[in-house]
Amino acid sequence: MNLRVKIGNLTLQNPVTVASGTFGYGVEYSQLVDLNQLGAVVVKGIRLGPVRGNPTPRTVEVASGLINAIGLQGPGVDGFIRKYWPFLKRLKVPTIINIWGTTVEEYAEVARRFDALGGVGALELNVSCPNIKEGGAQFGTDVKLLSQVVTACRKATKLPLITKMSPNVVSIAPYAQAAEAAGSDALSIMNSFPAMAIDIETRQPRLANVTGGLTGPCIKPIAIKLVWEAAKAVKIPIIGMGGIQSAADAIEFILAGATAIAVGTANFYEPQTALQVIEGLRQYLQENRIQDIRQLIGRVQIGN
Amino acid sequence: MVEQMVQIVSNERDTDLYFRLVARAPQIAPLVQPGQFAHVRILPLKHALLRRPFSIFQVSGDTLSILYKTIGEGTEVLSRMGPGEELSMIGPLGHGFTVPQPGGEVPLLVAGGYGMAALYLLAQRSPQKGIAFVGGRRRVDILCQEEFRALGWEVRVTTEDGSHGEKGLVTQALLAALRVGAPGRKLFACGPTPMLKAVGQLAAELNLPAELSLDEHMGCGVGVCLTCVVPIKAGDGWEYQRTCTEGPVFDSRQIAWEAAK
Repeated sequence: MNLRVKIGNLTLQNPVTVASGTFGYGVEYSQLVDLNQLGAVVVKGIRLGPVRGNPTPRTVEVASGLINAIGLQGPGVDGFIRKYWPFLKRLKVPTIINIWGTTVEEYAEVARRFDALGGVGALELNVSCPNIKEGGAQFGTDVKLLSQVVTACRKATKLPLITKMSPNVVSIAPYAQAAEAAGSDALSIMNSFPAMAIDIETRQPRLANVTGGLTGPCIKPIAIKLVWEAAKAVKIPIIGMGGIQSAADAIEFILAGATAIAVGTANFYEPQTALQVIEGLRQYLQENRIQDIRQLIGRVQIGN
Repeated sequence: MVEQMVQIVSNERDTDLYFRLVARAPQIAPLVQPGQFAHVRILPLKHALLRRPFSIFQVSGDTLSILYKTIGEGTEVLSRMGPGEELSMIGPLGHGFTVPQPGGEVPLLVAGGYGMAALYLLAQRSPQKGIAFVGGRRRVDILCQEEFRALGWEVRVTTEDGSHGEKGLVTQALLAALRVGAPGRKLFACGPTPMLKAVGQLAAELNLPAELSLDEHMGCGVGVCLTCVVPIKAGDGWEYQRTCTEGPVFDSRQIAWEAAK
């Protein structure tokens, strides 16, 4: 039975990764989860310098979901390399580093820094965070800016580039095609969906940032549709994510066209989820006598 | 830190909206240090996803207990669970209280409501017995004072409505005691944020050390989601640190309450 998949020239031992921002820098979960069983570890978004993040409250639980506005708190490139890289580089599975910036030049500079570091599995370009004023989603919702960011990063590194797409567009196809044309090796679909919740007693928004990004099982059907649409529009592989909490959810994404998947918010409430998904994928292949997980990619059957 | 399924041994109403839950948690209970917490997934909850953090109250052999108030959907559902039912628990988590050294400072505990539970193991493991100040709005908010007395501690109760103990705020009773003798004392507090701020201010005015256990909304409980951050002094400025990992217990002097506003 084969669970291996490829993202650019990066081979994953299985298609199950974790979504950036839901798994810290790996080390936090290392006492609870055998990280070496994963397809890859994906770390929280990093820009050049340290980021303090947004005021609190930063998250609010809603029906079958979570709205967050963390504001990409993080240690910056140097802080990450000092505090977290010594642990991550010893893992047997690849580390995918999620990067962002407020300018095209910053994206490229961060990409160069990680290219020079050596040992990084791939870079994921976060062009879709809804919670920061500059950078983030402005790059992911403008085809021209998106092309510029991906082109600049492509010039800066030979590492596989994965562009993490915003769901907040009328049609994802032109964005997916723009990222592909600019040299992206894969797409992550999708980032969180812009959202808001209000406390009716105080009449104030539940988040200090007023709005945030919705994640969790409630967004899964939206993500499935975006993966399906993007998969028809591009040839590069797609990492599907949005509310996955079981192998059944993961298979749905793969049938829609995803080559790999990421477990996100579920890590917060059940750290074992990714490992359970891997085990469940094995069982599904066995029960359905499928030799290779790749035989399922995009095999949703529409019509007769 | 361990994740395991734990079985409820008992889950009974204490007073009013407060419940005591005892669970068999053989991998977690022996590891617990004073001031640490358990992150609990209440499995019958279907549409509220996150775990709920609870201070660990008592530990005995392979069981541990929590003392909680029903304040929302999660704790409501939890309060209806019974012996034999299971919860998923991650614990023990967080950086707890510093247990006083033998012959060191005399601990004064300050609790608001169910904050008292977070201080029990500290009282039990402290070589010096001190005084536990516990306050609440009404009589029903005063919890587990008998357990502290059973440890040989003096307990001073205040209620805002005067229905039990002295009428007033717990910090007023604390201040009265500190006026009699402050040197050599150390404050340990757990309760609502306004109470913690008042304790921190008292400690600063009297130049006493104080450790405060903060109660912030949490997501993952293990340092990943960055929901529960609080402003902590660092270098010349401040940074957000995690209540679940660097806390829940912080040195009062390190908390930059006003920084993040």
